[in-house]
Amino acid sequence: MEDMKVEKNEQKDGTAAANTGSQSDPRLIAFVCNWCTYNGADLAGTSRMKYSDNVRVIKLPCTGRIDPLFIVEAFKKGAKGVLVSGCHPGDCHYTSGNYHSRRKYATFRDLLGYLGVDLNRVEFSWISASEGNKWVAVINEFTDKIKSLPDKTTDIFTKK
Amino acid sequence: MSRIGVFVCWCGSNIASTVDVEKVREEAAKIPGVVSAVDYKYMCSDPGQNSLRNVIKEKNLTGVVLAACSPHMHENTFRKAAVKEGLNPYFVEIANIREQVSWVHEDKERATAKAVDLMKMMVEKVKRDKPIEDVRVPLNKKALVIGGGISGIQAALDIANGGVEVILVEKEPSIGGRMIQLDETFPTLDCSSCIMTPKMVEVNQHPNIKLYTYSEIEDVSGYIGNFKVKIKKKARSVVEKDCTGCGECWNACPMHKNVKSEFNINLSERTAIYVPFPQAVPLVPVLDRSVCLHFKKGGKCQKCFDACGPKCIDFSMQDEIIEETVGAIVAATGYDLMETSMYGEYGYGKYKDVVSGLQFERLLSASGPTEGVIKRPSDGKTPQTIVFVQCVGSRDPEKGVPYCSKVCCMYTAKHAKLFAHKVHGSQSYVFYIDIRATSKGYEEFVRGTMEQDGAVYLRGRVSKIYEDNGKLIVKGADTLSGNQVEIAADMVVLATGVIPKKGSDKLAQMLGISYDKYGFLTESHPKLRPAESSTAGIFLAGMAQGPRDIPESVVSGSAAASKILGLFSKSEYEVEGTISSVNEATCVACFYCQRVCAYNAISRKEIKDRNGNVVKVVANVNPGLCTGCGACVNACFSKSIDVKGFMDDQIYAEIKSLAV
Repeated sequence: MEDMKVEKNEQKDGTAAANTGSQSDPRLIAFVCNWCTYNGADLAGTSRMKYSDNVRVIKLPCTGRIDPLFIVEAFKKGAKGVLVSGCHPGDCHYTSGNYHSRRKYATFRDLLGYLGVDLNRVEFSWISASEGNKWVAVINEFTDKIKSLPDKTTDIFTKK
Repeated sequence: MSRIGVFVCWCGSNIASTVDVEKVREEAAKIPGVVSAVDYKYMCSDPGQNSLRNVIKEKNLTGVVLAACSPHMHENTFRKAAVKEGLNPYFVEIANIREQVSWVHEDKERATAKAVDLMKMMVEKVKRDKPIEDVRVPLNKKALVIGGGISGIQAALDIANGGVEVILVEKEPSIGGRMIQLDETFPTLDCSSCIMTPKMVEVNQHPNIKLYTYSEIEDVSGYIGNFKVKIKKKARSVVEKDCTGCGECWNACPMHKNVKSEFNINLSERTAIYVPFPQAVPLVPVLDRSVCLHFKKGGKCQKCFDACGPKCIDFSMQDEIIEETVGAIVAATGYDLMETSMYGEYGYGKYKDVVSGLQFERLLSASGPTEGVIKRPSDGKTPQTIVFVQCVGSRDPEKGVPYCSKVCCMYTAKHAKLFAHKVHGSQSYVFYIDIRATSKGYEEFVRGTMEQDGAVYLRGRVSKIYEDNGKLIVKGADTLSGNQVEIAADMVVLATGVIPKKGSDKLAQMLGISYDKYGFLTESHPKLRPAESSTAGIFLAGMAQGPRDIPESVVSGSAAASKILGLFSKSEYEVEGTISSVNEATCVACFYCQRVCAYNAISRKEIKDRNGNVVKVVANVNPGLCTGCGACVNACFSKSIDVKGFMDDQIYAEIKSLAV
């Protein structure tokens, strides 16, 4: 009951004025691991680097925790691009979670393509806790790439 | 009904200058379930924390969201504050609006919008938080050390001296490992036996150490604090408690001169009943049944039995399985030397006078087959010229292994030095790729070998070794002068590469710890957790992890010991409660979760009815092993496993809150 109310309310309120998630101002959702990429993003902050403000980060313990359906859900909720980022191969805090993620992603990508998602809208990267600059570059480049894409690709999820 | 409090921090002007904190607070107040929204200059300050506590108390909050700095900064601070008001610490969520908003964006309106989004995400998350209790695991304060070399001995002694019981298991008949095979040790040239045997004796006499030699690990199950270990004590055929080590039995054994001594690496012979070396600990012989006439010829020979005064020889002895429960384990399985069969051009095995570094070590040793006089194996003459070849197998990705064996540069320099000291007027040549002498006193030591002891160092590889008229002709290249060299030597010593102990991979599988492609056991983190394995409660030491010298092995043994003493200093082992849990009602026992788990944390659990019949098998998470990575959650087809703190419904709610 409560959940339903919440949902309704959100839709009524909408989000704040800026970042409408339109093609010119695309909403990105980044699923990142707690140990490498989240810290890398924090480092970009402590180093006062500037980057595109259309990204929303969802923190998870490990990229191995990222269910491919999260990506689908993100598109369904209007994301124009989804980034998955974790520790470099061999550096996983949990030994092998990023390998699970990589393998899952490789398979899932094909399925997304089959579903009609422009694969340019899904990005996978390794960003370590020391790579604040890489985080900035990945977000900016990904944003630019999405802005350059024709606006029709995630329709299958958002059709009313 | 959720009663959430949202606290927006200004962080002075760090956040407030780029994010409209009042707007964030206003937006928070609109969210259903949010009963209090405040903003404050410094939430982490004492007044800030007090206001947090007051609101929790007054409004009877069920969850707290802080829109503030990174959770890696102050999550713990706020959790502690919440706990003081009786809130579960995991009911505190942080929206990172400093490191990931105010510091990285400039447009105030858009930055505020992002901050609002992040805050909303966390409100939705905290609404779905479940109370999480940290897990406490009882500890059996007893340690198992696998391997009785220098690092295992060091670990065992340190733990035992810390007042904790230790079980030391060694595969060979005596402890001492590789170090006791060495003659003198670089760079100080103190004799290995002299510094090693007192430690070995100390192990044997220590009231806190239970020593099992000639024994192997048969099985390991359980987890940190509660490992069940099965140790196979192989039939020694000698009753240890009665044996005096007098030696009558091996003197009486008719099998002398028939069996190659493993300890002297085939340079001498041993009897069927034997101690590997005179200073063995325990000084109790082992009867090698594979060569003993009693076992081969139907029990006729029993000369050792007849010779034994205390009558402690027992031909009917059986292997024994001993079960122990320990709280922590040290794997110090050590190393082997590489086979050199791929270097046919060096003639190892074909020419008797081409020996390995470890064999030369035995030739130098006063307790060795030649009693410390350097005699070449073929004719027993003292060599005048020796060629040492470094990097045989190591640093050779084509034929051997790409890594550096680390100790060869130093022991070769030591060999050349000792050779010069023992055979006056002799000459040694060393073929090397690079000289790696990086620890304290090492560089000076190698310099000394070159300058005082006259060893000729040639940078290059050896292409061929062949025998000609009683001499070994060594052909090689001196790449520094650009010349081909040909040396007529009396002996050649190959510095063969170091590889992990045979069977250490099997042991690693038994322990559930990881190893690299060469078989070396891998650390939990190569820099910051060098003594820990990937599995909680299992620690690593010595060459089992990779090439290292004696000081480093000792350090690693002590490191593992101090980790265990630290672990045992508490009454229980505490683990963060953010681990996986199984919904037993929906689990279909496919065990895909078990396959992806890197920590062996998932086991089978049988659910029985009141008559004891198994009604269902389900996955079970071991809280002592689970680290909460969540890999199992995605592997589960029936959605029966979830990781606390990052549950599926929470993540979906976060995504949903971002809907545009």
